[in-house]
Amino acid sequence: MPSLKELSRQPELLTGGHRLCAGCGAPIVVRQALKALDVPLVAANATGCLEVATAIYPYTAWRCSWIHSAFENAAATISGVEAAYRSLKRQGKVPGEFRFVAFGGDGGTFDIGFQSLSGAAERGHRFVYVCYDNEAYMNTGIQRSSATPLGAETTTTPAGEVIPGKRGHRKDLTAIMAAHDIPYVAQVSPSHWNDLVTKMKKAFDAEGPAFINAIAPCPRGWRHDGSLTIEVTRVAVETCYWPLYEVDHGKWRLTYKPRQKKPVEEWLKMQGRFRHLFRPENRHLIDEIQAHVDRKWEELLRRCGEI
Amino acid sequence: MAVQAVTQQKLALTGNEAVAMAMKQINPDVVAAYPITPQTDIVQYFSTFVADGKVKTEFVTVESEHSAMSACVGSCAAGARTMTATSSQGLALMWEMLYIAAGFRLPIVMPVVNRALSAPINIHCDHSDSMGARDSGWIQLYSENAQEAYDNTIQAVRIAEHADVRLPVMVCQDGFVISHSLMNLEVLPDEAVASFVGEFAPRYPLLDAEHPVTYGALALQDSYFEARRQIADAMSRAPAVILEVGKEYGRLSGREYGFFEAHRLEDAEVAVVAIGSAAGSAKAVADSLRGQGIKAGVLKVRVFRPWPWREIGDALGSARVVGVMDRADGLSNLGGPLFGDIRSALYDRTRRPLVVDYIYGLGGRDVSLEDIEGVFRDLLRIKDEGRVTEPVTYLGVRE
Amino acid sequence: MNKEPGPDRILGWKEMPTGAVITQAGNATRYQTGDWRSLRPEWSQEKCIQCLLCWVFCPDGAIIVKDGKIAEFDFEHCKGCGICAQECPPKVKAIKMVPEEEVTEVK
Ligand code: SF4
Ligand code: SF4
Repeated sequence: MPSLKELSRQPELLTGGHRLCAGCGAPIVVRQALKALDVPLVAANATGCLEVATAIYPYTAWRCSWIHSAFENAAATISGVEAAYRSLKRQGKVPGEFRFVAFGGDGGTFDIGFQSLSGAAERGHRFVYVCYDNEAYMNTGIQRSSATPLGAETTTTPAGEVIPGKRGHRKDLTAIMAAHDIPYVAQVSPSHWNDLVTKMKKAFDAEGPAFINAIAPCPRGWRHDGSLTIEVTRVAVETCYWPLYEVDHGKWRLTYKPRQKKPVEEWLKMQGRFRHLFRPENRHLIDEIQAHVDRKWEELLRRCGEI
Repeated sequence: MAVQAVTQQKLALTGNEAVAMAMKQINPDVVAAYPITPQTDIVQYFSTFVADGKVKTEFVTVESEHSAMSACVGSCAAGARTMTATSSQGLALMWEMLYIAAGFRLPIVMPVVNRALSAPINIHCDHSDSMGARDSGWIQLYSENAQEAYDNTIQAVRIAEHADVRLPVMVCQDGFVISHSLMNLEVLPDEAVASFVGEFAPRYPLLDAEHPVTYGALALQDSYFEARRQIADAMSRAPAVILEVGKEYGRLSGREYGFFEAHRLEDAEVAVVAIGSAAGSAKAVADSLRGQGIKAGVLKVRVFRPWPWREIGDALGSARVVGVMDRADGLSNLGGPLFGDIRSALYDRTRRPLVVDYIYGLGGRDVSLEDIEGVFRDLLRIKDEGRVTEPVTYLGVRE
Repeated sequence: MNKEPGPDRILGWKEMPTGAVITQAGNATRYQTGDWRSLRPEWSQEKCIQCLLCWVFCPDGAIIVKDGKIAEFDFEHCKGCGICAQECPPKVKAIKMVPEEEVTEVK
């Protein structure tokens, strides 16, 4: 378990001067994730907030090699980089070790980039895919994705007179990636930096593909004060909305168990995107969300052998 | 560099086998490809080279053509010599990535086995797939037969990677007509190809720990235009490189390549312009018409991008009537893509021929020698009438 | 502050690296985001227990740690989000967010 003092000696691969909003969760996830590494790295990035705000010509906030090509193909792109590495390494043309990471938002990962992620995972490339999951298309202005939770208001799922926000629960991509039977899959939160860095280390050390899903609030889209970004993720963990667990070579393990599971309402009420759910006619949706969280949490406890 | 002619092996190969053979001899660092009819053989043959350890290539068996080109972009940017191959819908699925490969200035080489685009779905030859990609910043070489497909694939590596160019190259051959027909061709020794293509010298490789680079930054109103202007500049430098490489390849193999083949054009009054396998038939028809005293000639286009407009204008300028054979319809209300470019190449000339277009062979529709003779007869009629009444004709389609 | 090199003027197409590749890794440090800030974190070295939590949560890498201790705040890049102040342990609260216009001491 690394101390913050030790981590602070690691190079800062994402510099200041990027143009993500004040209080954005994505760069916190990236900074923490890359502290887990001490060999050279190539990063690929799907189109999205992180990509668009960290590399605006002629500036780049990346101190490692970095490539963005399109929206739906961060995994395919990094798989090509990794294949090149294996080929050139074998021929003695690349000295030293490299590691590979791909970053994508939930849109670029759950939706448009899902095929290329699934393909690259199945092929067994040695890379870590980190999804910074802010639960909607934030870069284009807060449209729903398949990671948007039930009831959340987005610009394409407005809380209307007839339809109160997003219909249906979000896709459980972490479990779907676990079903790929790749060496390492985990869910993380920047509030639990130690858990995050430890899992990233395991992911980078894995002999094949690894997938990390990181909750990464968007203060604008979630409508909370930018100073509360970390607190929002902490409450997500404490309510078991966002459980922290890993699937290490098929073995499910809970890495953090809240002392007392808080009602999901506490998480919902921190965010303007759920405000309409607190109107009497929509209360049933909160119950539905709670029931969903409860069921998923139980499922997880069972998978992890906790019950 | 003094290049010595080498002894070549004579083999009977299909177009796909010839291209797979060229790929084996090029021995790229990475191939990322996805199967599609009629390209599939290339991927299969290449897989056996990989499985048998005949190449050093890392073969990425992607889950789609979009991922094929995405992986090629990643691989080539990483610093590896990279190839793929595709056809038709596969090329269409790559569309987005074609522009990005060119925009990143990555010298990826891609054999394209031409096949019609849906709908309706069809697996046979026409050029609508690669013609649609003509503005993507890729160099396009077209082949008349398996020998040319082989030769072009090897030259493409040198053209793409040349310091003045640094653009990706498509090497096109007609689906089935060339890709699946056996031809006796001459194949260079492995070492000759290896030394002809040389070592890949990547520019800005991602895998340089000392010099990390950023690919794919957002370039806004202040710099996007400059980046695109650069690509245009590279494309305008490509012709000289294509000729230089074609000459050197000629010294090595005895088969020299230029922008196009001018067949009996010097004094031709009526000329047909064609791309791919149909050019062979057109040349045979022109020869037989010459026997009847008709001054017929053929221009076979090899290099379509960059467009060698000046040289093509010179070659066709003294004809009276030019018939362009387009194996792709632009659906533009004014014929196919080759037609527009041929006309444009001739426009500034003080004396210019009349130019008409023949859309033919869509979805693998056979084009017979009689059809082509009909085109020449049509051109003779237009010559006599001295004017064009119908600029676009659909050849061999049932009413 | 260690500044990475970056172009001081916008390049023409003849001088741009091909492919619009950026060859000066990390040169975004030359781009200032400090003027986005309306609130400024004021850090009290006396109160600080050097837990480094603010550092690990800052989205902009704007808290500079040297030899395991906070050395300074990078106001060229700090956007004033207030996460550091929020996350500083409740018993310590060594960071206070103050409106820029009320900042007297020039840092
Ligand atoms: S206010 Fe925000 S950006 Fe500034 S130092 Fe604190 S956490 Fe970093
Ligand atoms: S969080 Fe507070 S106590 Fe901890 S290092 Fe930062 S300022 Fe000091």
